[in-house]
Amino acid sequence: MKRGISYTQAFLTLLQRDLKIAIRHRGDIFNPLLFFVLVVTLFPLGIGPEPQVLSRVAPGIIWVAALLASMLSLERLFKADFNDGSLEQMLLSPQPLPILVLSKVLAHWILTGVPLILVAPLLAVLLHLESNSYTALILTLTVGTPVLSLLGAIGVALTVGLRKGGVLLSLLILPLYIPVLIFATSAIDAAGLNLPYTGQLAIIGAMLVGSLIMAPFAIGASLRVSTN
Amino acid sequence: MWKWLHSYADPERAYKLASTLLPWFAFSAILFISVGTIWGMLFAPMDYQQGESFRIIYIHVPSASMSMAAYMAMASASFVGIVWQIKTADWVAASIAPIGAVITFIALLTGAAWGKPMWGTWWVWDARLTSELVLLFLYLGVISLYASFEDKVLAARAAGILAIVGVINIPIIKYSVDWWSSLHQPATIKITEKSAMPMEMLAPLLINIFGFGLMIGAITLVRYKAEILARNGMRPWVRELAKAEASK
Amino acid sequence: MIQFESLSEFLNMGGYAFYVWLSYGVTFGSLGILLFLSLRQKRSVLLEISKKMEREDRLKETRSSR
Repeated sequence: MKRGISYTQAFLTLLQRDLKIAIRHRGDIFNPLLFFVLVVTLFPLGIGPEPQVLSRVAPGIIWVAALLASMLSLERLFKADFNDGSLEQMLLSPQPLPILVLSKVLAHWILTGVPLILVAPLLAVLLHLESNSYTALILTLTVGTPVLSLLGAIGVALTVGLRKGGVLLSLLILPLYIPVLIFATSAIDAAGLNLPYTGQLAIIGAMLVGSLIMAPFAIGASLRVSTN
Repeated sequence: MWKWLHSYADPERAYKLASTLLPWFAFSAILFISVGTIWGMLFAPMDYQQGESFRIIYIHVPSASMSMAAYMAMASASFVGIVWQIKTADWVAASIAPIGAVITFIALLTGAAWGKPMWGTWWVWDARLTSELVLLFLYLGVISLYASFEDKVLAARAAGILAIVGVINIPIIKYSVDWWSSLHQPATIKITEKSAMPMEMLAPLLINIFGFGLMIGAITLVRYKAEILARNGMRPWVRELAKAEASK
Repeated sequence: MIQFESLSEFLNMGGYAFYVWLSYGVTFGSLGILLFLSLRQKRSVLLEISKKMEREDRLKETRSSR
């Protein structure tokens, strides 16, 4: 039997396809980003405009908003493919499922994680973040948002077949997000005090490596359950 | 070597085994918990630092440590169920989840009631308390995921994957007190070294921890039997039982 | 050896009565509720199955009489 295209080719083809689809539906990229910006701008209105207060809570606000935005966008990760049946085609394809899943998650991160990282410094200016925290903010977002996409994809894969998965999805993935949030904000806080934050960053890095290895298998298994 | 275990993949045999084990678990759980609690409440000497409030330890520590043990038991059962496709193991996991959630809730609440007189606050956002709260969310997630699938075979598999992924949280809870400087006191019981507690205080605590484990086992068996019946409603032996129950 | 000299002293718990009894009350209260619900589960499952059997029987009868 002919195996068809190689693993790398399959990975790249799927990545290209997902990016192309997203570019044709531009709203899917901009809505989570808009949500992120809106949530962050609401906080100064809610807790008052004092720079000291804002700079104290800025890391937390930015990270919580990023987390919610990534959760909002996650719901669409498998939904369209599930509805039009292309997800089942992927499950039936001869390429190993974890590779295909990894490609979809990477596409999702490029479309939602990277814009967040690019906008975050701008919002940090609005929130008067300590000037020496910027590098830490960018670094934690760069290492942390892929973890959010990977862990979140497990939750989405589990709930994609359900009609009312929305609230359930947040219950499933928020507990998994909490460690990332804790270490990321503590790294930014440490940077603001001119303390070393490589420790926290290393832990987030370890989470990234761990989830990069384990999550595709969990996502694949969950998709098989959901599409059954 | 494990061949004898396979026969318990048959629901009827698993049901019979659960029925045989239940009275033993129930009886010894009642025995251990009453001895441990009465000993702890009446006979254990008062802590010179914390006064009588330390007596909360006799339910707080057992429920906290058993909340983690129950999670591990649930995750192991899910693992067996997923890897070897044994449905009776899936049902064990489904039976443990609600019990684990209640035990975790008890651990959190007794911790709060102990923290108020000792630390002056009901709740602090430190590593151990937060991760125990996360454990409660994980239990709730597993329960609601299991409930939201119509097809219970799929439900068990989905909930099982979540339970296995959530195991990462267990070492975080266990070692949070050692890794981060925390308001929560470090572990009172150490297996390898000498414990930080005199024997008269420790003995009832150990008895209660064991008793809580037995109690979780007993309630699991009760729920497990109901779960087996609910999932096997088409089988003749279940219908026989149903007929007997209806005519009662 | 009992650590308390009188019943009222035991109930007072050295001034921590509220916290200690709150903990014990909630623990055994919630365990009691859990146990009660778990014990009832089996009966309700069996009754549901027998109802389903009755329905099936009635369905069979109407089919055979037709």
